[in-house]
Amino acid sequence: MAIITEKALPSLPPPAHTVGFKAWAKQNLFATPTNSVITVLMVLFILWALIPVVQWAFIDADWAGTKRTDCTSGGACWAFTLVRFNQFIYGFYPEAEQWRVNVAALILAVGLGLLMYKKTPAKAYIGLFMVIIYPVIAFILLRGGFFDLPVVETSKWGGLTLTLVLSIVGIVASLPLGILLALGRRSELPIIRSLCIAFIELWRGVPLITVLFMASVMLPLFLPEGTSFDKLLRALIGITLFEAAYLAEVVRSGLQAIPKGQYEAGKALGLSYWQSTGLVILPQALKLVIPGIVNTFISLFKDTSLVMIIGLFDLLNIVQIAAADPIWLGSQVEGFVFAAIVYWMFCFGMSRYSQYLERQLNTGHKR
Amino acid sequence: MKTTKLLAIASTVVVAVSMMASAHAGGTLDGVKKKGFIQCGINSGVPGFSIANDKGEWSGLDVDFCKAVAAAVFGDTTKVKYTSLTAKERFTALQSGEIDLLSRNTTWTLTRDSNLGISFTGVNYYDGQGFLVNNGVKSAKELDGASVCIQAGTTTELNLSDYFRANNMKYEPITYDKVEETIKGFEEGRCDVLTSDQSQLYALRLQLKEPEKAEVLPEVISKEPLGPSVRQGDEDWFKIVRWTLFAMVEAEELGLTSANIDEKKSSADPSVKRFVGAEEGVGGQGLKLGNEWAYNIVKQVGNYGESFERNVGSGSPLKIERGLNALWSKGGLQYAAPIR
Repeated sequence: MAIITEKALPSLPPPAHTVGFKAWAKQNLFATPTNSVITVLMVLFILWALIPVVQWAFIDADWAGTKRTDCTSGGACWAFTLVRFNQFIYGFYPEAEQWRVNVAALILAVGLGLLMYKKTPAKAYIGLFMVIIYPVIAFILLRGGFFDLPVVETSKWGGLTLTLVLSIVGIVASLPLGILLALGRRSELPIIRSLCIAFIELWRGVPLITVLFMASVMLPLFLPEGTSFDKLLRALIGITLFEAAYLAEVVRSGLQAIPKGQYEAGKALGLSYWQSTGLVILPQALKLVIPGIVNTFISLFKDTSLVMIIGLFDLLNIVQIAAADPIWLGSQVEGFVFAAIVYWMFCFGMSRYSQYLERQLNTGHKR
Repeated sequence: MKTTKLLAIASTVVVAVSMMASAHAGGTLDGVKKKGFIQCGINSGVPGFSIANDKGEWSGLDVDFCKAVAAAVFGDTTKVKYTSLTAKERFTALQSGEIDLLSRNTTWTLTRDSNLGISFTGVNYYDGQGFLVNNGVKSAKELDGASVCIQAGTTTELNLSDYFRANNMKYEPITYDKVEETIKGFEEGRCDVLTSDQSQLYALRLQLKEPEKAEVLPEVISKEPLGPSVRQGDEDWFKIVRWTLFAMVEAEELGLTSANIDEKKSSADPSVKRFVGAEEGVGGQGLKLGNEWAYNIVKQVGNYGESFERNVGSGSPLKIERGLNALWSKGGLQYAAPIR
């Protein structure tokens, strides 16, 4: 047998007509005459839809001004969102105290950043700090009344700050409650089980708007006069209990997906109920239902805009009020576009993080 | 606005409970003095009536009234805290004691005054349903066969149908769910007329591309007297609020403004002397207030006319005519019992 060459030949580059943009376009956009027609039509459609939007939002837009009549170009009046920007973020929070909101937000951002970053050391301590100590710090900063910080009543909180307070408190408080309710619903103790079922079905059976309305309108009448407790707190309790009922069902779906063998294995190892639940069942169950949990969180984030009906100034409400100012009348569209972008950024962020988390935790169930 | 049966039942329960509650409560005035401020319920955003600027400061006709009561009680307009309320919440907030005073463009009706455990103290704005048309139409009587843009499910819809039936005219209603949509419809020429409460029509008109090409007709086809209200059963507080409104109107009648009241304080005119508390025996004792209560209102907030012009009238973008809200001596309805 003759050896033709001793070295392996270097591999040749792929043929020119299969690489690069041209090849990609040929393969994906213009493979057949029908495809080509569809591509051209779609491009035309996108241009048709996009050009007026770009024209409105950028080319014809006005960026400077102090009242609606200063916007003369006929496009978007971004001057409105710029002038009111501070209010959209902080609501009626006094300007001199807004640094407190910023500090609270900064600590939150750093804490969350560290928790999300994979290689952070001592994550458990940071997590404990964020769950136990941070809420106290945030409360002191936002509300004041300690260490010479002037009190800022919750009725002055508003804008994105309020939206975030509502959704973060809602998320953090409803998750543990939801898990407990889910476990309770699958409990073998009849009283606990019936109580949990009753709670879940009651709260799932009423719309959030009713819950908020009852908390704000009916509840004060059954309290002795003078003991009016904070409207924001009432809304927070309402939202938390409502979301807990939904989360309970999401978590329960995860619990039911765990094979019976896992429970039995836990028992066979001599683990107590809480040990087997905490160490064997829940870690697997929660991992399974991440999409469902995040789904609930995202809808909670957007549902916070319902607090409008009880007169709290969340992001959406403050935008509407700003647009009702006589000197800015007619600026609703710009305000709503701004609010939509903010909502989208937060929801999209949550969604991306949940996907990342799923990949990180995807240890057993490769699909 | 339409009130559902459920709400009616709920409010009956509410009244019963709140009456029990208020029976034990101390006087509102004492409570207010103790906490050092007045908690005033306002609307969260109606141009000219209560609206927040970009610094979060509230202004408007209704807000001015809150300030006037604070001026009367404390001599200081900053001693007010505002609670913005939705239409549904407003009465409960008052009944439950969450607020001391409701100044939130609320129509005074028999049902509200008698069934809800609240008392209206007067009228600070006479509103009524009117028509917005393009220039050229001079009277609502010319509107036979017109298409009318209107918000669905409101009493305005019923008033409109009554008015056209009574005048033997035909119309074509074009209904929208939201107020903002009605003005869009009007601008796009979907209808010839837009109908709503007059105060709102002026604000809607501003949203048109060319506001000067449309006008509000003089006809008013319904009565919507808007006024402040307080909890029922507290006569002292009720009188303070009622007389605050009277003082503002009376000041306009006497020609007292925030600018000239200091100068006129020393005038010999007995009615002015009584007003500023310089005459013996007619001060604020009866109201359990200081002698200068009325002076403070005018000095710090202004008289009714000033407040009107500044917030909704010629000094504001809304440019609402005084109309029914002019003084009685100038052909309007604003009339105050004399301060003597």
